[in-house]
Amino acid sequence: MHSICFQATGVPGSNYIFDSCSPALAISKPINLRFCGLRKEAFGFSGLTHSSSGRVHFSSRGHSKKVSASAESNGSPPKSFDYDLIIIGAGVGGHGAALHAVEKGLKTAIIEGDVVGGTCVNRGCVPSKALLAVSGKMRELQSEHHMKALGLQVSAAGYDRQGVADHANNLASKIQSNLTNSMKALGVDILTGVGTIVGPQKVKYGKVGFPDNIVTAKNIIIATGSVPFVPKGIEVDGKTVITSDHALKLESVPDWIAIVGSGYIGLEFSDVYTALGSEVTFIEALDQLMPGFDPEIGKLAQRVLINPRKIDYHTGVFATKITPAKDGKPVIIELIDAKTKEPKDTLEVDAALIATGRAPFTNGLGLENVNVVTQRGFVPVDERLRVIDTNGNLVPHLYCIGDANGKMMLAHAASAQGISVVEQVTGQGHVLNHLSIPAACFTHPEISMVGLTEPQAREKAQKEGFEVGVAKTSFKANTKALAENEGEGLAKLIYRPDNGEILGVHIFGLHAADLIHEASNAIALGTRIQDIKFAVHAHPTLSEVLDELFKSAKVKAAASSHGPVSEPVAV
Amino acid sequence: MANVLQTSFLPSTSSLRRPSISGSKGKSQSLQVKAKIREIFMPALSSTMTEGKIVSWMKSEGDKLSKGESVVVVESDKADMDVESFHEGFLAAIMVEEGGVAPVGSAIALLAETEDEIAEAKTKSQSSSNSTPQVVEEKPKQIEEAAPDVPAAAAAPSVPVAEAVTLGSAVHPASEGGKRIVASPYAKKLAKELKVDLGTVVGSGPLGRIVAKDVEAAAVAVPVAASPAKPDPVAPGIELGTVVPFTTMQGAVSRNMVESLSVPTFRVGYTITTNALDALYKKIKSKGVTMTALLAKATALALVQHPVVNSCCRDGNSFTYNSSINIAVAVAIDGGLITPVLQDADKVDIYTLSRKWKELVDKARAKQLQPHEYNTGTFTLSNLGMFGVDRFDAILPPGTGAIMAVGASQPSVVASMDGRIGMKNQMQVNVTADHRVIYGADLAAFLQTLAKIVEDPKDLTF
Repeated sequence: MHSICFQATGVPGSNYIFDSCSPALAISKPINLRFCGLRKEAFGFSGLTHSSSGRVHFSSRGHSKKVSASAESNGSPPKSFDYDLIIIGAGVGGHGAALHAVEKGLKTAIIEGDVVGGTCVNRGCVPSKALLAVSGKMRELQSEHHMKALGLQVSAAGYDRQGVADHANNLASKIQSNLTNSMKALGVDILTGVGTIVGPQKVKYGKVGFPDNIVTAKNIIIATGSVPFVPKGIEVDGKTVITSDHALKLESVPDWIAIVGSGYIGLEFSDVYTALGSEVTFIEALDQLMPGFDPEIGKLAQRVLINPRKIDYHTGVFATKITPAKDGKPVIIELIDAKTKEPKDTLEVDAALIATGRAPFTNGLGLENVNVVTQRGFVPVDERLRVIDTNGNLVPHLYCIGDANGKMMLAHAASAQGISVVEQVTGQGHVLNHLSIPAACFTHPEISMVGLTEPQAREKAQKEGFEVGVAKTSFKANTKALAENEGEGLAKLIYRPDNGEILGVHIFGLHAADLIHEASNAIALGTRIQDIKFAVHAHPTLSEVLDELFKSAKVKAAASSHGPVSEPVAV
Repeated sequence: MANVLQTSFLPSTSSLRRPSISGSKGKSQSLQVKAKIREIFMPALSSTMTEGKIVSWMKSEGDKLSKGESVVVVESDKADMDVESFHEGFLAAIMVEEGGVAPVGSAIALLAETEDEIAEAKTKSQSSSNSTPQVVEEKPKQIEEAAPDVPAAAAAPSVPVAEAVTLGSAVHPASEGGKRIVASPYAKKLAKELKVDLGTVVGSGPLGRIVAKDVEAAAVAVPVAASPAKPDPVAPGIELGTVVPFTTMQGAVSRNMVESLSVPTFRVGYTITTNALDALYKKIKSKGVTMTALLAKATALALVQHPVVNSCCRDGNSFTYNSSINIAVAVAIDGGLITPVLQDADKVDIYTLSRKWKELVDKARAKQLQPHEYNTGTFTLSNLGMFGVDRFDAILPPGTGAIMAVGASQPSVVASMDGRIGMKNQMQVNVTADHRVIYGADLAAFLQTLAKIVEDPKDLTF
């Protein structure tokens, strides 16, 4: 089906792209990963974009890289490849890439040594959303005040731990089979075993105890993802000292659980555990909880998600040693001051969840065979996700997407990166704008964001000499939120008053995770505030929060005359 | 459309700014002579706000303020808000520094009308830590709901943030020596709220950890220890026409009583002849045996035969059969009520039980009861017989299955089965029980057993 002829056009195609790309890279600003270029505009297709050259920044790590090896490999006798594209790792990133590759007519295989779906589906976003759905409902039912305000009467809400755990597990299985079926239906070969790169365009895979198979492919994408990161000194026993992998199975609901790390993972689990009756102690190495969120949002979130709940916290401390519970002793956590390194405290708790982030899963990938050395485990890539070798040269036909490259460790970012790579290998110049990738934390209420935080925007503004505007609106002003009796929340828009560019949007409130996309799409498509503010939102909906936000921004630039609806349309 | 249907809260580009300070103009007239220095109060920014933290002063001392200008950013339990001045003048003295916390309605700064008065205001601000100066009351306007009775008299105690934070996390540096306090996060929060010193609380959680219920119990037991500076507020004379807030213990009683309304209770009464018991009491009184101990013992022995009456319903779905029979006995103490517990009353002999009871009562009066001595009861006795009350009805304490109200034993004319009329001492008992776990027949059978034991009390002394 996937014809050889397509491969043939694929080769020069990709070459062409690389070469023509180099000048573009050369004009880029050095080390500016924030603006990893945009969309497709460099190579035509200017449909909706009001292309202004100012926004087309390509960047590279320091200097542009030539694809020095590509000529040789292309020059080698044109052998036939088993596949157009092989993806190592069938997580969300690999899946997204595979689907898009099929759409583009590539003969595609995906290698998976564990379970299809990867972290997200089996040990991450998916089962955690099941638990969070439960915690959200529990929270609602337990909130007497809230229920009373709605005129509802509910007698004591309770839960069955195993039932909750089963819901999470069933959801993961269901999504996993959906994913598997969708790939099978499209004709993606799912090869089972651990994939290892043995040379350029060559991968071996196989199960332990079975002979390895070697397959070749025009292009290879590494999408091996990540595993929970456990700092040294912490002994994980899977029962009382656990990572998210174990926690998602919900084998127990401890009375008191310490959560090491107050990022997305830690926050979401604190939401789950406190809803199910646990008390939580956060341990955060930085001076403030929820690092990485816009400070204002973080502050508000702390007021809503931490302070009124059965949660306390230690900030500015490292957990240097965590010993699981045994022989009748509790879990013991030794804390030192993050700055002075002096011993600070010892905690005795029933369980500890290690949520200190995730480490790339790149061991045994055979990167040495293509002269690539990982950096803290991450596969070095350029802004087009091409793998960089030890000499700083690009490895031809080898890409790395998702958590394994560490650019943005989010499932949907991996998928977007995968699609971007497929676009590139099929001859479309494509650079993913990571600043347009939204992120969400599914607490109750949710937190979501896209683009820069206010301090980041101000820093950039100072460097580049533009003004920053901030507009805010409260969920208290939204009819739908009030109807739900969920008026707690804030949406914040960071923008350039001079040209109406959206720099960042941060939302904390009911269904924030679903609301962010209007902003992220606007950033991705380069839509300016002065244009989007005329878009109509159904009333009454939560989306009006964003409508308010756009309308309250003070933009000096006039609406563009060539907007999509400049011609009257009869209805 | 959205705009038309908008609620009062309007978004603004710069911040969630609301005009927050307004004055009560009427008063400024009458006090015009002194009306040169005004206080700026901590405004109530939300209906639930009780105190506010000064995030930052946007003006410094000596700065001129015009009406409507933002002076200070206050952090409430909900959000940060700018507070604007309602009057023109000079910011004379800042009484609560940045990072400081002040109760709603307390003065956080002084506003002088003219530059000359700044010095005067400064002296005032210094003295105001002891007494509130007579200045024009400038009550901030409430944003959402009015909180009318804000005690404006309280001077602003400047509580540094750092202190608040360490209180919340109860950091105890050295773990060695077992001297540190292990308390669950919620226990710590509650301790702060109820002003309970965790150092005085004995934990009943896993490995002796202090958990929420220990703190709640301690708040009931040691209301005085909670506020050591204050003398015992319960004075003999009650001022009529005043509203006196609950003490911590009274507050806890109030909560418990309201909570008890969620339990479906019912009552069963029984009349028990006590001649034999009275005789026994007379005989062993000299050995220090008290009637309370005898009743507790009799009740415990009856409970042995009816474990369901010693059970309780924790979650609405199950019986919790308690492993030991702990008889709690309600005792009135100054301005409150506490229930010291006779643990394992079925197993401990009557003499030990009596000694234990005396010890508990002494401790209760001295407010030194430990949590396990008053919150581990599985069945409660309440006796008003000493007042001559012949019958009453008790409220079931949450977390237990039954409580027995005991009336006075009184001589009564009784017709007996054999057709005679005689005089017997009789007391009425009335049990209130949680019908989710204890049914009418259970109580009836229990009372029958209890009557048998009391009427033939030889088992009470082993």
